[in-house]
Amino acid sequence: MRDALTLNANHALLTRANPLAKFAVVMLMTVVLALSIDWVSASVALAFELLLFPLAGLTVALLWQRGWPLILAAALGGWSTSILAPDTGRILLDVGIWSISEGSLELGLGFLLRGVAIALPAVLLMSCTDPTDLADALAQKARLPHRFVLGTLAAMRLVGLMAEEWQTIGMARRARGVGSHGSPVQRLRATLGQSFGLLVQAVRRASRLAVTMEARGFGGAQRTWARESTYSTLDVWVVLGGLLIAAAAVWAAVSAGTWNMVFLEQK
Amino acid sequence: MTSSDNVRPAAVTARGWGWRHAGRSRPAVRGLDLDIQPGERVLLLGPSGAGKSTLLHALAGVLGDSDAGAHHEGVPDADDSDETGTLLIDGAPPRAQRGRAGLMQQDPETQVVLSRVGDDVAFGAENLAVPRADIWTRVGEALDDVGLARLPLDHPTSALSGGQKQRLALAGILAMRPGLLLLDEPTANLDPAGVLEVRDAVGRCLDKTGATLVVVEHRVGVWKDLVDRIVVLQPGSATDSAVLLDGPPDQVLAEARDMLVAAGVWVPGYVPATRARSGAALVGAAGVHGAGVNGAGAPAAAGVPGNGNLLLAAEHLAVSRERPSRRRFKAVPPVPVQSGITAQVRAGQALTITGPNGSGKSTFALTLAGLLRPVAGKVSATVDLSEGAGIDPYKWKAEQLIARIGTVFQEPEHQFVTGRVLDELMFGPRHLGHGEERVDELLERLRLTKLVDANPYTLSGGEKRRLSVATVLAAHPRVLILDEPTFGQDANTWAELASFLSELLDAGTAVVSVTHDQEFSDVLGGTELKLGAPELKFARQEPGLRDPEVAAP
Repeated sequence: MRDALTLNANHALLTRANPLAKFAVVMLMTVVLALSIDWVSASVALAFELLLFPLAGLTVALLWQRGWPLILAAALGGWSTSILAPDTGRILLDVGIWSISEGSLELGLGFLLRGVAIALPAVLLMSCTDPTDLADALAQKARLPHRFVLGTLAAMRLVGLMAEEWQTIGMARRARGVGSHGSPVQRLRATLGQSFGLLVQAVRRASRLAVTMEARGFGGAQRTWARESTYSTLDVWVVLGGLLIAAAAVWAAVSAGTWNMVFLEQK
Repeated sequence: MTSSDNVRPAAVTARGWGWRHAGRSRPAVRGLDLDIQPGERVLLLGPSGAGKSTLLHALAGVLGDSDAGAHHEGVPDADDSDETGTLLIDGAPPRAQRGRAGLMQQDPETQVVLSRVGDDVAFGAENLAVPRADIWTRVGEALDDVGLARLPLDHPTSALSGGQKQRLALAGILAMRPGLLLLDEPTANLDPAGVLEVRDAVGRCLDKTGATLVVVEHRVGVWKDLVDRIVVLQPGSATDSAVLLDGPPDQVLAEARDMLVAAGVWVPGYVPATRARSGAALVGAAGVHGAGVNGAGAPAAAGVPGNGNLLLAAEHLAVSRERPSRRRFKAVPPVPVQSGITAQVRAGQALTITGPNGSGKSTFALTLAGLLRPVAGKVSATVDLSEGAGIDPYKWKAEQLIARIGTVFQEPEHQFVTGRVLDELMFGPRHLGHGEERVDELLERLRLTKLVDANPYTLSGGEKRRLSVATVLAAHPRVLILDEPTFGQDANTWAELASFLSELLDAGTAVVSVTHDQEFSDVLGGTELKLGAPELKFARQEPGLRDPEVAAP
């Protein structure tokens, strides 16, 4: 949990790209894939994204470990679309009020693939980007206020600590006789009490950390950066690659006749 | 560029200085007159409430400046903080001189700001707008000065031990090249090895830079030879000065020994008097890979019937705080931090768990206490202890657990469940439906009677510790498990706690304590269970972790 804030010795190519370039590509993919629900553009994008895995130092096991809620959500969305969308074409399955037709299956598949294809770039970004480098880029290149960016970065470290603290407080309270069983009301009360305990600790830790940062001169108007956030030719390739994938996805869908702008009226 | 030639030691001057925190009626410091020459090394002593931390915070320039702008001209307001007199560094207010003083606090976790070692050290220098090229020179030198130069700059700060985190914080301060080092109980949360690590690093840096030092610490023995002056503060009043004593260490310690002892200061060479165990401290059987459950015979204790009876046993136990992880829909047990532990807990006998940092002492204690599920092996309660609740303490309901095994956590605040000391003590008995009559006795015995209406969170460190022991004992457990009960405690609380536990032991309670404190375990007697160095924790090792510096506790 706590080493989620470093790259865990990931030395893949994309770790060296500027976080802002990678972020721009993620935004681009999201926008393009949100435009149309069709399985062709989503599959093309997905195929390219899978090809990028080694470049980001990501493996399928790691992907599942970090991104399973997103993938599960996409699968559920696809499934419910298949059974609930208005039927068009041949009926494939009909169980009472639920039915799957060729049309609704296509829509559901599009939904599923699109969900995964939108989620993957974000997982890729997180797996090859150190939050400290992202903060550097946001403050130095995107010119966000450094107090805000560095404050958030320092707070993120505390979130990991809080996860450990939650477990400890849970045990400490069980040792006082506060059970995690009983009626739902009792359990809710126990959880609320534990949350309060965590909140108290979080506030204490946060204020001590704030004193530490202030005592190290944080908060002044002038500041230098030990790590310079720079763009390199790699970033040009990253952005070009992103544009290429987006264009390929749209072109393939338009050629196949499946391009289907969600915001426009259906043909 | 070398580091030492541009550190200018700072002078401190206080004239009638006082500070009242926002929302408090009484000032934390009042009428302080003090001069500290450049390069002097001062140990600040005094009872809690004498304003030692407040003074350090003020010198670091971090005292309540956020509401300074909203201060109403000439209108004193109880909600605003209030400053009287003057406190100056080199003749100017501390707040106007960022980076002139560097402050280290107690809790190692909050002394680290960023997640990579090099970045964390650079943070202060960045804030002082030091040019980039100079920053990395300073970072290298600072890490070298505190003995962490062997770590790669991108080493994760979360993988450091407490002592290493404090040394890292020192490096971060040194990289700002401050003329004044302020240390607020820098070693209170560390084990003995960590304490020496940090103390020695501070000494080396002072020798190199000649900076002025002000350190607050209860354990005088640790710092005595490093400082050249001791200042004893007292809660100031309209008539009394805030400085009670001031002079060279040996002189102050000779003059004020009795007073300091009475105030709970750990004066060198003084071990507080404690109640002795009656009869011989009995030795049972315990060992990491050693004796079986019925290995050594259980000698019958004199006096109390049932003393020496086996209550709780751990067999070939493997422990971890991690829960089983799910990979490809299969539960994978976590990699244990320690395994093969065999130990016995007997009525009226003490068991002390020792071992280096990271060896799983606390994790083992929590598993023994029925709070963590064993990774392998088992913890079993005898019929004598379980009284029908079943053999596995982890499966007991919370009410069943507290009446049998009581656990006192290292951080008392983690165990507070109400907003009032009396409710805190009544909580267990009320849930169990009996035992309320014992509460008065505990209040009396642990000197909490006057505090019954106070909010537990507002108590002093020693009071919190006493309360946390009392609350757990209110449920009448036959086994008491304590995690580092003497960490950061003053000598008075220490002696009270040790005496109280020795009394409990003689009355037939089993006491298991995780501790680094040899004197404390000597008072309790009994068996020592020594856990070995940590097992290899991660299959996926970061290269730096193989470094001996990192693997060392």
